Amino acid sequence: MDGDICATATTPPDSDPARKRRVHGMLKLYYGLNEEGKTVDQAESMNPCDINGTHFDPEVYLNKLRRECSLGELMDQETCMVKQIRSLDSDMQTLVYENYNKFISATDTIRKMKNDFKKMEDEMDCLSTNMAAITEFSAHISGTLQDQHAQITKLSGVHTLLRKLQFLFELPARLNKCLELQAYSQAVSSHRRARCVLQQYSHMPSFRGIQDDCHAIMDKLAQELRQKFRDGGSSAKDLSECVELLLQLDEPAEELCDKFLIHAQSRLEANLRGLEAELRPPLSSGPTSVIDPSIGPARRLSAAPTAGSPTDPTSPGNPFLSSSSRTDILEFIDRGCNEFVSSLCLVIASYQELFVNRPQEGELASKNIPHMAIGKLHAFVDAMATCYFLLVERRIQEEKSVGDNSLLVRALDRFHRRLQAVAKLLPGSAVPSQGTEIVVRAARERIKQYLAALQRFYLDSLRDVRQALAAPRLGGSSAGGGSHLAGPATGKDAPASLPELLSSLSASILNQIKSVLASVHLFTAKDITFSNKPYFKGEFCSQGVRESLVVNFIKFVCQSSRQFCESAGDRGGSTPPALLLLLSRLCLEYETSTITYILTLTDEQFLVQHRSPVTAVAALCGEAREAAQKLLNHYVKVQGLIISQMLRKSVETRDWVNTIEPRNVRAVMKRVVEDTTSIDVQVSLLYEEGTRKAHSSDSSKRTFSVYSGSRQQTRYAPSYTPSAAMDTNFLSNIHKLFSERIDIFSPVEFNKVSVLTGIIKISLKTFLECVRLRTFGRYGLQQIQVDCNYLQMYLWRFVSDENLVHFLLDEIVGSTAHRCLDPAPMEQSVIEVICERG
Amino acid sequence: MEDDAPVIYGLEFQARALTSQTAESDAIRFLVGTQSLKFDNQIHIIDFDDENNIISKSVLQHQAGEIWHISASPADKAVLTTCYNKTSESRVVTCGAVWRMPPEWESGSHESPDDPHNSHNPQNLELLCHLDNSSHGNASCVLWEPMGDGKHVISLADNHALLWDLTESSTQATISSSATLEGKGQLKFTAGKWSPHHNCTQLATANDTAIRGWDLRTMSQIYCIENAHGQLVRDLDFNPNKQYYLASCGDDCKVKFWDVRNINEPVKTLEEHSHWVWSVRFNHSHDQLVLTGSSDSRVILSNMVSISSEPFGHLVDDDDLSDGEDNHQDEKTKEPLQDSIISTYEEHEDSVYAVEWSSADPWLFASLSYDGRLVINRVPRALKYHILL
Repeated sequence: MDGDICATATTPPDSDPARKRRVHGMLKLYYGLNEEGKTVDQAESMNPCDINGTHFDPEVYLNKLRRECSLGELMDQETCMVKQIRSLDSDMQTLVYENYNKFISATDTIRKMKNDFKKMEDEMDCLSTNMAAITEFSAHISGTLQDQHAQITKLSGVHTLLRKLQFLFELPARLNKCLELQAYSQAVSSHRRARCVLQQYSHMPSFRGIQDDCHAIMDKLAQELRQKFRDGGSSAKDLSECVELLLQLDEPAEELCDKFLIHAQSRLEANLRGLEAELRPPLSSGPTSVIDPSIGPARRLSAAPTAGSPTDPTSPGNPFLSSSSRTDILEFIDRGCNEFVSSLCLVIASYQELFVNRPQEGELASKNIPHMAIGKLHAFVDAMATCYFLLVERRIQEEKSVGDNSLLVRALDRFHRRLQAVAKLLPGSAVPSQGTEIVVRAARERIKQYLAALQRFYLDSLRDVRQALAAPRLGGSSAGGGSHLAGPATGKDAPASLPELLSSLSASILNQIKSVLASVHLFTAKDITFSNKPYFKGEFCSQGVRESLVVNFIKFVCQSSRQFCESAGDRGGSTPPALLLLLSRLCLEYETSTITYILTLTDEQFLVQHRSPVTAVAALCGEAREAAQKLLNHYVKVQGLIISQMLRKSVETRDWVNTIEPRNVRAVMKRVVEDTTSIDVQVSLLYEEGTRKAHSSDSSKRTFSVYSGSRQQTRYAPSYTPSAAMDTNFLSNIHKLFSERIDIFSPVEFNKVSVLTGIIKISLKTFLECVRLRTFGRYGLQQIQVDCNYLQMYLWRFVSDENLVHFLLDEIVGSTAHRCLDPAPMEQSVIEVICERG
Repeated sequence: MEDDAPVIYGLEFQARALTSQTAESDAIRFLVGTQSLKFDNQIHIIDFDDENNIISKSVLQHQAGEIWHISASPADKAVLTTCYNKTSESRVVTCGAVWRMPPEWESGSHESPDDPHNSHNPQNLELLCHLDNSSHGNASCVLWEPMGDGKHVISLADNHALLWDLTESSTQATISSSATLEGKGQLKFTAGKWSPHHNCTQLATANDTAIRGWDLRTMSQIYCIENAHGQLVRDLDFNPNKQYYLASCGDDCKVKFWDVRNINEPVKTLEEHSHWVWSVRFNHSHDQLVLTGSSDSRVILSNMVSISSEPFGHLVDDDDLSDGEDNHQDEKTKEPLQDSIISTYEEHEDSVYAVEWSSADPWLFASLSYDGRLVINRVPRALKYHILL
């Protein structure tokens, strides 16, 4: 219980106002009202032991007290409670007293109000009587004025009619005046206002006269309008006004449409002629250049520097150098857009304003002008656009140089963008889609040009490599062979070495491919309007760039390489062998890495989605490998042939029967060894060593028997002494049974040893076959022995399996012995002495 | 259909020259000339018994020298020509001569090939006449007039082509006309072939990389295929059924087929051998079968259907076709067949310098390698029936 209340409850009531307010507060508290009159949160008052709560249960409270409190406490509690009860009682008495006074004063007030209302009632009655009298008087007055009002109305109607009549009578004069002042629109509106009336009353002679006059004047007016329309000198606004007036004069809309369009056509054709003038005439009489005065002013100066190609402009014949035409394509398209397309848009807009979008009223609506007009417009726009497109396509076709693609792309973009305006103005027109087709065609054409340029570049590079290869033989430092291959590789002092040539060739091709890809990539740039067309998103990337450009180029490289093997003829005259070797290595590098790299690059740059089947990397690699193999085989064949020819000549041109005793190795054999060594050096520049069988310890020194199968002889029949041809045949056959068949012109592997083995095989086999066609004397045989020994000394180191050389040389010596009239072989020691003497 | 195994015959000496006995149409008979500088050279007459698969041989002595080329008369079985080396006073000269086989050779004992040393006094060839060419240089080959009466031969000697008339039973030879190849350097005919077409008035020769055609009536050149092969042309043969078609082979490992009316491009090129091709022969009856021999020791039989005289195979008579199935097959057979390699024969172990079809049996051929091995092979049965049926 509140101690505060306990403490103060004993003070007498009414002692001071503050005291009183406090008591109110307590009551308020008791009734659950706070200062603002809201119910106080009652959460704790749910407690039945709360003596101030609503749910107070005396029994529970008492029980609680009895249970919890000691006797003393209970006594205190009781005293406190008694005090509180007393104070509450006195509060209540005070309240009752106050409220009683207020009630008394209220009763008095009500009695007073009753008397006042009675007086007011009487006054109201008086007011209503007066109002009735007023109404009566007013009705009376209006009744009297009725007649006069009707008369006034009639008079004003006559006045209006008279004014209209006057307008009619004045109409011809007014129209004439309008005509003089060329205020056509006023005239037409005046006439329109009068027309119906005149029509209606035309049976009356006077009106008829007016009508005829008006007609005459209006005809004249219409004539003038038409004239004005036809002259076409007036501005578009004038023109449209003109058309509007003519339409109001019941001029047939169709005719007007036609006239309007014809007029527009003449202007557009003037634009087109202007454009055509910029094109080179189909049978050009030589480029009449930039100084052409008609073009001079139109030429934007800014365009010329940007057109500069990124490549070195000093190298002539470079396909990537742009050959300047009279105006660049951007300028041309700009002009086309600004003049033709914007005029066309203007025409479309004003035409639609005039004929299509007009609010249709009266009988005009029934003629369905918009439908007819739209049809005409479409036909017109299509026809004009076709002419324009023809010109644009011609211009695009002139764009042959592939130097700066951005110019073309920007031009196409502008071209395409401006056509969108037509699309907005004239929905459903075929023009934008045709424009897109032109862009697509141009892009396709571009890809073809790039492919051709790449191919040219490749062939030019090859030519340069060829020159670089030929240069050292001609005594070296003639300037400029391969100037646009990367500089240091073909420096002027030292002739370029094969690996340098190869790397510069492959790097320059790769760079070229990259730059072409970058150029082509412009077509798909995000800020280009047509790049989101389905063609450029899909087919352009996969079929165009990937297949037509990149894949075709790679195929071209392989194919042109293969052509070196075929067209050059079997004498190997035209293609230098070093080039074959270099190309073979190039193709091999393509197979191992470059193709994958290029295609990955393309796929990444163009986000190629392969909807249609595309050439697989593996297939291309296979092709490249095949080309590399073929080139290398051909290289072996050509080199083998060169050596073969030497050997053949040396065997065929000598009289072997009457030759002198051998004193030294024939020069041709030294030449063979020298050539083989230089081939070995050449090949080792580009190809790895390769594996070979272990050499025997006496590789360079072997004894040649005059009979083939000599080694088998020592191995299988040491004591055998050859005496008859039959026996050697037998032995030779046994030998062959145990040795593998040798394929002479067989494919080689991509390593040096295999290449050299191939060349040596071809050479020695030729030697063998030539020897078999000749007849030898004693010294002839001995010379062959010396030669073969010499070859043995030097050739074994080049081949993968030295036994091959042994076998072939054995065969040669054996066959020579057979073809010898007097087979008396030379002592091995003598042979060795001669060979070592060189 | 098992094919019969090849039959192999070994000569004692090395050999390059092989021909079939052209005038013999019943027995399968080949003539081989040997090359030996030390011993007397021989001509082996090889008879092949097709039914029993047995070879029998006769040997005739050819003492004049080693034989580089041999060819048999188309009219008289017993007459043949050889080109042989004659060594005298350390000079080697190649001569041509016409020989007659002694009439008794056939009655002589047929020796078994296993017993080569058993030859008791082999008989000598009877010399009919020399194709005396002392003024014209070394003879490289002698050609009989195809299907002629055995009265005309052509010999190619260095850069001369000489047309001989044989008179008095071939015992006398006179030059009736000659042509000379002129040009820079030492030109030399390497091979030649007398065309069986155009009434035998044409000759084709090879020198270096060129093939030339000659009209024998005027002895003038008709055509010249320059650079027919990348290197030496080794051999020529005419298609027996198509008059303008010619096959050539050479050191570029290729076999080329020419239409002499259009000499800019070969009609077809085969590149199957891995070394020089020394010999090419059309089958006499079925010209799609082409035989080539090479110094890679291989003999290749090719089926050149597309340029043969039977490009669609044998056409079946319409009467035989009654039901739809056969019609369907007929359509199939009418498609041009693919050219293909029928077979590669690897029985040789040395360079094969000569291959020859039998003149008696069109399905049989012989090849000769330098080590003296003669191999007789047959066209695979499957193909034979395919062509015939």
